Amino acid sequence: MAEVEASRAPLVICEHCDSVYQRPVLARKQTAHCQRCGALLARGRRLSTDQLLALTVAAAIVFLFANTFPIMGISMQGLSNEATLWQTVEALAQGRITLIALVTGLSIIFAPALQIILLAWVLVHARGGRVAPGFRACMRALEHLRPWSMLEVCLLGILVAIIKLAGMLEVHPGIGLWAMSMLTVLIILIGGRDVRGLWDELGVGRS
Amino acid sequence: MSAPPYAADLGLQLCHTCDNVCPLDTHECPRCWSVLHPRKPNSLVRTWALLIGALILYLPANLLPVMYTDMLGNGSESTILSGVIEFWRGGSWDIAVLIFIASVVVPCIKFFVLGLLLVTVQRRSRWAMPERSRLYRFIEIIGYWSMLDVLVVALVAALVQFRALSTIEPRLGILFFGLVVVLTMMAAMSFDPRLIWDAEKNDVR
Repeated sequence: MAEVEASRAPLVICEHCDSVYQRPVLARKQTAHCQRCGALLARGRRLSTDQLLALTVAAAIVFLFANTFPIMGISMQGLSNEATLWQTVEALAQGRITLIALVTGLSIIFAPALQIILLAWVLVHARGGRVAPGFRACMRALEHLRPWSMLEVCLLGILVAIIKLAGMLEVHPGIGLWAMSMLTVLIILIGGRDVRGLWDELGVGRS
Repeated sequence: MSAPPYAADLGLQLCHTCDNVCPLDTHECPRCWSVLHPRKPNSLVRTWALLIGALILYLPANLLPVMYTDMLGNGSESTILSGVIEFWRGGSWDIAVLIFIASVVVPCIKFFVLGLLLVTVQRRSRWAMPERSRLYRFIEIIGYWSMLDVLVVALVAALVQFRALSTIEPRLGILFFGLVVVLTMMAAMSFDPRLIWDAEKNDVR
């Protein structure tokens, strides 16, 4: 115990049981787990700042497609109708249940949008070795947004809805659906904890 | 190799926002300026409150209709369970199972596991500590998949809008169901898994 303190080596604390370890040096794809509770302690950084930024830009473009083009369309006896992501959220904004429209809007539109904007902001600056204005607030917001971004659930929901409706009428997937699928993968890649590497990389808060 | 030391014994605490290792006597992370707590504040009381709230709302979520379907003048309301049964009878047993897992099994597992964790932590139980840690991580991962039914209802209601022929509208039940998901997610977030391991220490915090 004493030697850990004395050496002043970088430490990690397990988030799930408070165990302290010296920070392991990990290669890409390597992970370290807590001896006591088995939780993930640290993970080798998968994406560099450049790669993160590139994927964030891609996500921004795909996000626009996912939100402007219809997710899917249906047709029945000569009538047809399409729905975008926004219309899906709007469908829940009816009288007493409007609150749930807000939750849905947050989880499939606003949270991913904010994640992309904040990531782009901190990463563009980090690329030039600078700390973005409002860096701390952005990084804290990214941490708090992560659990509420639910695109993968939405994607599964779309598949269920397609099967549900296919029994009664004709269903055709739209451009928005393909964009959504790509966006889901991109958000999983960029929305993870890799961005925490910026704290060390930029040396923020180091005295 | 002996067991690793606890942060509190070394006079350290973790910043949950940026993973920084901070001295125990500071109240703000020097790096990201988040408020620091050695343990999540009022973890047990908050988790109990959110869990009980979710349990209460789970009743109307299942009893009230979540969707109203009007097909050529024939209107019918369906609840979450009747939706599952309809899929099952319609031959798509796989989708029935999927929705059943997301809307019934997942919330019930969360209620049960969170209740179990709360009771065992309050009794300072040393029973199966690594396994209970794993259970906590499990419900953290599965939690938000319950939003599935809310999204399906929203999508279907957005699409099927043919005035004369057929319309589908969301109903009050879906609000309660969505709130159950949000409350159980917040309950899981406010529970501090480190409390499980505090039973190993003698000082009660």
